[in-house]
Amino acid sequence: MTELGAISFGLFIIVAAVGGAAVLTWFERRMLGIWQDRYGPNRLGPFGILQVAADMLKLLTKDDWVPPFADRAVFIFAPTAIVVAMLLGFAVVPFSPDLYVLDVNIGLLFFLGMTSLAVYSVLLGGLASNNKYALLGGLRSAAQMVSYEVFMGLSLMGVVMLTGSFSLRAIVEAQRDMWFCIPQALGLFTFLIAGIAESHRLPFDLPEAEHELTAGFHTEYGGMKFAMFMLGEYLGLILISCMIATLFFGGWLGPWLPPLLWFCIKVFALIMFFILLRAAIPRPRYDQLMSLGWKVMLPLTLLNLVVTGAVALWLEG
Amino acid sequence: MMESLFYLASLVAVMATVAALTRANAAHALIYLIVSLLAVAVLFFLMGAPFAAALEIVIYAGAIMVLFVFVIMMLNLGESGTAREQEWLAGRNWIVPGFMAGLLLLELMLALRHGAGTTSGVAVSPKAVGLALFGPYVLAVEIASMLLLAALVGAYHLGRRFIVRREQR
Repeated sequence: MTELGAISFGLFIIVAAVGGAAVLTWFERRMLGIWQDRYGPNRLGPFGILQVAADMLKLLTKDDWVPPFADRAVFIFAPTAIVVAMLLGFAVVPFSPDLYVLDVNIGLLFFLGMTSLAVYSVLLGGLASNNKYALLGGLRSAAQMVSYEVFMGLSLMGVVMLTGSFSLRAIVEAQRDMWFCIPQALGLFTFLIAGIAESHRLPFDLPEAEHELTAGFHTEYGGMKFAMFMLGEYLGLILISCMIATLFFGGWLGPWLPPLLWFCIKVFALIMFFILLRAAIPRPRYDQLMSLGWKVMLPLTLLNLVVTGAVALWLEG
Repeated sequence: MMESLFYLASLVAVMATVAALTRANAAHALIYLIVSLLAVAVLFFLMGAPFAAALEIVIYAGAIMVLFVFVIMMLNLGESGTAREQEWLAGRNWIVPGFMAGLLLLELMLALRHGAGTTSGVAVSPKAVGLALFGPYVLAVEIASMLLLAALVGAYHLGRRFIVRREQR
């Protein structure tokens, strides 16, 4: 792909991802409604899709207030960090054999780096708010991220071992014979859980746990700054779905249909799965979350790593 | 092009580090430190070490600094902490560290004049890093892993009495 093509495609990805995240706010509420035997937002426009525009209008016209007791500069900076980091993460996603922004031999590590930088948004937001609920939410988030990042990276190393590269296009190409969701089922399971925890989606949304901490780290936020946090969360959801589709479900590979369509179908199915998880599973207690991370998920990941390494060596002979 | 990018990133790194040293508010100092680490990652990338750049972001900026911020939040010093920090940053305390840092700068300039420390300009792939670590440097890797294991066991031992107490309750 030419340089100009890559840049314009990158801009297109930014617009598409932000638009997708906006539509997802409505889509999620609608699907949750249907699964829980109610309607959800269905009043405005066909199927209620104009609800997105109404929400946006409301958030844009709200007073953009900074509490006088907050650390002003950090308070304003915090919500942008998550959006920027998540959008940068999309740079390495291969959408089809020739639709990608960046193909580097550290693609996977780049993605991990960007997700770990997104954490600062929640941390600094909680710290700068100067509010005890926000601080508690930020503290929880820090502990949760540090614990779950450890095996998030490790759970992907099985895939890297089988491919022999950190490049995401090479990883997709290596799945021509078999998708990695079969030999790396354990890796998929651990990465899925770590992915939900990283994007703090509902079963693991302890940093904001609304009935314990009012709204956790974004208690003091309103208007567009609050919208930026939400945008970042939905961008994270889309990014994690893209990564799972790429790493474990063969990315753009598939028969008959064009590659880009296959990729979109897989990502959409994964997003649906994440929404279904939110509808189905209650939130664990905080200490349960931590002991699950360290006592169950980390050993499982290490086991997967050892077995994958042994099998890879054995196959090489 | 590459050269100007390099100097730009270096400028950011130096300025952010100076700001990290001189801020009285611990949270602000940490944010500058994170910016400095990211700038160093860009430098690594430009010098042909993408793997080191990625690790700099994932491990230093993404994990270790998160722990630092965590500790700052736990202590939650607020105004009193800033005031105490300002006292420590007063004039006389800069003499000894300033002297030592100046000595290092002098040494670095001398080394640069003798042309040491040029890079080959070839990008080092992750595979090459792995082969080097588990080839000629395997002893260092093993010693480092033993050290980390010892630290892990030590941390468990120190934290264990709290676990026992909670279970008895």
